[in-house]
Order: sequence, then C-alpha cells, then structure tokens
Amino acid sequence: MEKFTKLTAVAASLPMANVDTDKVIPSRFLKTIKRTGLGAHLFDPLRYNHQDGSENPEFVLNREPWRHAGVLVAGDNFGCGSSREHAPWALLDFGIRSVIAPSFGDIFYNNSLKNGLLPIRLPEAVCEQLMADAAMGANARLSIDLERQVVIRPGGEEIHFEIDAFHKHLLLEGLDDIGQTLEHAPAIDRFEEKRRAAMPWLPATTEAAS
Amino acid sequence: MAQAKPRTLFDKIWASHVVEALPDGTAILYIDRHLVHEVTSPQAFEGLRLAGRRVRRPDATIAVVDHNIPTTDRRHGIDEPESRLQVETLEQNVAAFGVPYIPVLDDRQGIVHVIGPELGVSLPGMTIVCGDSHTSTHGAMGALAFGIGTSEVEHVLATQTLHQRPAKNMRVEVNGRLPAGCSAKDIVLAIIGFIGTGGGTGHVIEYTGETIRGLDMAGRMTVCNMSIEAGARAGLVAPDDTTFAYVAATPFGPKGEALERAIQYWRTLPSDAEAAFDHSVSLDVADLEPMVTWGTSPETVVPITGRVPDPDELTDLTRRENWRRMLDYMGLMPGTKMTDIPVDVVFIGSCTNSRIEDIREAARIARGRKVAPGVQALVVPGSGLVKKQAEAEGLDAVFKEAGFEWREAGCSMCLGMNPDKVARGKRSASTSNRNFEGRQGPGARTHLLSPAMAAAAAVTGRFADVRELS
Ligand code: SF4
Repeated sequence: MEKFTKLTAVAASLPMANVDTDKVIPSRFLKTIKRTGLGAHLFDPLRYNHQDGSENPEFVLNREPWRHAGVLVAGDNFGCGSSREHAPWALLDFGIRSVIAPSFGDIFYNNSLKNGLLPIRLPEAVCEQLMADAAMGANARLSIDLERQVVIRPGGEEIHFEIDAFHKHLLLEGLDDIGQTLEHAPAIDRFEEKRRAAMPWLPATTEAAS
Repeated sequence: MAQAKPRTLFDKIWASHVVEALPDGTAILYIDRHLVHEVTSPQAFEGLRLAGRRVRRPDATIAVVDHNIPTTDRRHGIDEPESRLQVETLEQNVAAFGVPYIPVLDDRQGIVHVIGPELGVSLPGMTIVCGDSHTSTHGAMGALAFGIGTSEVEHVLATQTLHQRPAKNMRVEVNGRLPAGCSAKDIVLAIIGFIGTGGGTGHVIEYTGETIRGLDMAGRMTVCNMSIEAGARAGLVAPDDTTFAYVAATPFGPKGEALERAIQYWRTLPSDAEAAFDHSVSLDVADLEPMVTWGTSPETVVPITGRVPDPDELTDLTRRENWRRMLDYMGLMPGTKMTDIPVDVVFIGSCTNSRIEDIREAARIARGRKVAPGVQALVVPGSGLVKKQAEAEGLDAVFKEAGFEWREAGCSMCLGMNPDKVARGKRSASTSNRNFEGRQGPGARTHLLSPAMAAAAAVTGRFADVRELS
C-alpha cells in the first residue's frame, strides 16, 4: 500500500447523496483479475454518454481542472451498496487519494483505508463549504495533513477530522495489516485449539464440497 | 456474585470469537466460515502468492462460482472471455491453495448465500464472511455474517481472522399478523422505506418480534439479506426451533448427538431479556400491503395501491433534486398509479428470493396463467439443489407452460455480469435487492418486489396487486 502523509490537490465536488458502488464502478467492469486499470471506468454512468461512449462535458471530472482532481468532496452515504473493492481501486487509479463526505458505506470506508485512499468524515455543513472551495478550481487546492488530522482550506483555515489510531498508523507507514495480524499468530493458534475442543460438531467445509 | 451484564445476540457471538482484544477497543476476531466467489477473490489470491502466504484454514473455506456464469446450458463452457477468465482463475486458485470448491456442473453449485445455509455450512453462532455485501443473508441462521472487501478476503485467507471494531446494536421489532399477499420481502422493503438506506449504518440489526419468529428460514434470509440495503453490515435473527429443524435437514450440518450438543449451545445465544440496544425501532405489519419500489434506491418504496410520488412535495432541496433525477432515470411521471406501469422484463431469482419457498410462491401465481405478450420472464433458482427440488414438485413445468424461462442457478440478472441483462430503458420487475442505476444492465429500470408480485407482473404485463390474482 502506498503511504499517505500529506496531500495538496485539486478537489472535485460531487453533490449527490447515496452514490452507490454500482455508480462508482458498474458490475460489468468487475471482470478483471487485476487491481489496476479501472480509472477509465470510474463513475462510468455519470461520466460518459451512453449513446456513443463520449465524455459527458457536464460531469465534473471531465472538466478542467477537475480532470486532475486528487480529492473528491461527496454527499451523504458515499459508497453504499456492494462490497466491491474495485470502487476504491477505480478512484485511486483515476488519481483520487481522498474522499470527504458526511458519511460513508461501512464496507467502502474499510476498503478505502486498506488501499491508501483516505476517507474523511466531516459534517454536512463543512462538506458544503469544501464543495464551494472545490468550485473555485485550480486556484483553490485543498490540503490534507494526516499526521495532524486536518483538512486545510485554500484560505488556510484548518478543519480537524477523526480517524482511528490503528489505520492512521498503517496509512502513514504504508503497512499491510495482514503482517500486523500475523504477529498475533500464537493467540490465533490457541484460540483455534480451544474452539475445536469446545465445538467438535463444527463441520469442515471439505465434507460439503467433496 | 454480581449479575453478568445482559448481552445481545451480537454481543455474545462477538465475545465468543475475540482472539485478542486490543487497547483501542478493536479486536482480532476469529472467522468460522469463509465463502469465496470468483469476482472478489482473484486479487486476494494474487496477494497471497506475492507475499508467499498460504490459506490458513482451507477446511473453513468454501468456494463456488455464481456471479459470472451463464444460466443456460453450461456443459460447453462460458463464451464470454472475461467471465471465463474469472471462473478459470478461481479454479486455478482453489487448486493451488487447496480450498474446497463446488464445480459449475455440480448440483450443489449456486449463489453463495443460498448454498451456505442450504448445505449446512453456515450455522448458528458462527462468524461468517464473504467478499460480498449480501453475506448478511446468513444472519438468518443466528450467525454474525457480513460482507468484506478483497483486502479483507486476503486477510481472512491468510489469518482466519479479521481486525474489527464492534458494531452498535440495533433492534428492529416486527409485530402483527402478516396479511395475505404479503411476504418477508414486503416486510423488509417496508423496514427500509421506514429507516432509510442509511438507517442501519454502523449497526448490526437484530430482527425480533412475533412476525419474524413466525417466518420460515427462507423468509428470515430474505429479511437479513437486505440489511445491507438499510446500511447495516449484518442482520440477525435469534436461532430457535425453526432454525434447528432447518439445520437438522441440511446435508452437511451436524447430526445426531453432535447436533444435540450444538443445539444446547445455540439455545444460550438469544439476546438476554434486559439487553440494551443502541437504537430500536418497531413496525406493525397488520396493515402492510405488497410493496414495489419506484426509484433507484431501495428506500424509495410504496404500496402497490400507491402512486409515484411527487418530488415537489419535499421541502429538502437536495432530496427533491435526487428524486427528480430518479424519476427521470426511471422514466416515470409523478402521480402515476403503480398498477398503471407496464413492465418489459420479470426476474425471479437472486440471493434475496430464489429459494424453493420463493419459487413455490411465484409458481402459485403463474399456474394456469400466461406471461403477457412482449414480456420476458425468467426464473433462476438459487442453487442446483433448489432447481432439482422445484423440478421434483413439477414447478418447472408450471413456469414453462406459462411462458417463463426456466434457468440454471446463479446470480443472473440481479447484476448482469453474465449474459442475462435488462436492455437500456427497459423496465424490470425484479425479486433482487438493488434497484441502483444500471444494476441490471446500463440504463435498466429496476423495480424491487416479492416473488408473488413479480409473477403477477409477468402475467398481467404491468405491476399488479397480487391480492387480486390469488
Ligand atoms: S444474487 Fe445478486 S446480490 Fe446476491 S450475491 Fe449474486 S449478485 Fe450479489
């Protein structure tokens, strides 16, 4: 995972509530066996005209300077719906490293953290201010400092955000959390042994698939 | 001795799976069952390979293909190259990592959330995960079951655990006698209409009350399945005699004395009488009517006797804009009676409503009737075993005579990753769980409803009140 420390970037706003993961990346693009290359299909239904596949000139990510957006400011319940990790992969592949919204779908939030995409929850009124900043385009970059847990508005105003210490650490260091969990391997061994003894009736899946 | 603090079903399952409680309130949580399918696993296996890791517990893992596979004859393989690659990749991965796998041509193949409970792989008191948000379905067994992303799939494959923060407890109590013509699907659509698509965010929902107790396992699965549509990662129903009878009849669940011992334990799981919930809502279904969605979010639902609502009645401007966009996408005018809306496609299937009980309900309406001219109607059983059972009951003949297509098991038109898609601008009556834009195919217009209501739409060619057909 790529580290996330500080970011200064053009922010694009997507003032829509309940942007589900089918909108972020429709299912027909999930047939890949890779994590990369999905950026071209990010927000496909909003971004392209369905008649001829041309770009919809109205959509924010098709306009300058937001084509180069690194931050997305979105509406409530962003990323609700399916568990597809293709959603954060597509955002990252496009170049977006952080999404700011009043709330997120739970699985999307987790998936983002695990890929170096920083999801930031801020109150609706604050998101509206940030959207106004984003509308100013290239002259109005947003900065994010994860170490200090602040979003810095173009005028210099700092807005504090919450993130749990564990994920903050992983993001700052670019660490893989499987490695962290494997440090608990002896505890997992002990737990498994106890469970097997207490619940010998738990069937093995090998029987169901043989 | 001090009384132990009363606990919810969720609290009990959680506590019994904590491998290690960490100082920040999170825990390393043990996972009993990991279900794997072809769409969300390739990158996870690739991750294992790159890091030189193995699958820790193949015997707690089971893999099946469901999302990509065609539902027509599959003996000659899969035509679509990308779908074929994904299926072949899973087959190579399970072989390389020693994971038990149910092949495409096996009778036990089916939608991962149908086969888990059906085979006896998903049992009460377990923690169950899958790289799929509708893993919440298995919560009907009285198990803590939730969807995870691909990184977490890799994490579970490697460690058999997840690093998690406990969810909050929410109780949805449903009481009242379920009126004729209504089913579990109508209950859950009404719940989502009531609490909204974000109503359960951060919570695990436990469904309680006499109406839920009175549902069979298929109905409970339908309700738990759509918990994610209310924003909750998991739904739960306390295990009871209905659950135990269901488990006893599964091919691979515990039997005999093992089952007795298991039941003894499972009886300790239901929430304590005094247990506290962070949030509670209750619903009386005595006056419930069959429900249909009109928009592109599962919360946009009305009774079949209702009309398409008018965005101008909303005071919140963002929501008003949102509703307008939905109506535009759906091609609907405010004020239209739901029963005046014609349908082009009917899909009976998906992990929400493809169990034998659902198929029987739809067949009851289809029997002796004909699919309306110009309507394509598909019945896609949730598993090969459901299909066999339906055929043994002669239900396939009922559907075929009525002009429905009778297909092989899979996700099919629920999300259109296989050839079963709804064409742009076409209107679909679907028993699945998501009516998002483009869910059943680019530009498809999806309305969610129950299996009986879907069959009623098929034979009348429009949304119809099933109570007038039965
Ligand atoms: S049937 Fe639909 S919702 Fe269920 S697992 Fe398949 S694609 Fe997902």
